[in-house]
Amino acid sequence: MTPEAIREMIESHLPDARIQVAGDDGVHFQALVVSDAFEGKPVLSRHRMVYDALGERMGGEVHALSLKTLTPAEHQRAN
Amino acid sequence: MSEVIERIEQQLNSHPVVLFMKGSPDFPMCGFSGQVAQALKNCGVEFGYVNILEDQEVREELKAYSNWPTYPQLYVNGELVGGCDIVVQMYESGELKPMLEQAAA
Repeated sequence: MTPEAIREMIESHLPDARIQVAGDDGVHFQALVVSDAFEGKPVLSRHRMVYDALGERMGGEVHALSLKTLTPAEHQRAN
Repeated sequence: MSEVIERIEQQLNSHPVVLFMKGSPDFPMCGFSGQVAQALKNCGVEFGYVNILEDQEVREELKAYSNWPTYPQLYVNGELVGGCDIVVQMYESGELKPMLEQAAA
């Protein structure tokens, strides 16, 4: 798996999202996902939404995906 | 109910705080499991754990049961709290310790 392939899969599930994916060993990745879809949702649900985009690959081909899931407002405050 | 689900529920009920991890708290077999075990130890609260590498049935079935695809998974009073990112974030923000203490009380 490449970071770009993961980015595309997340994007197909969360079309509005701004997504950055890094990871250079093909199995461990880190992603920052910023989307309005996270508004009002607890972090557990947000992570599930991203994991859902990867389906069965998650926990298989993709050993680990470390996540930061923020709304645009939260992302602005964090920067 | 399948035998595996029964086993999962027994494990979840075995302690207020249960960590499903790769390896054990003293000998974690994965860096993410190790980080969560360390965060729990730092909170000074007793916890139970299940080494999912020793039970392939639970390892597979719990992912569907909890709708969470990876390990570690931390449960408090039978409810999924999250994986490594969430637990470490809660530890760093100071939310984890009071939540665990309340559960263990």
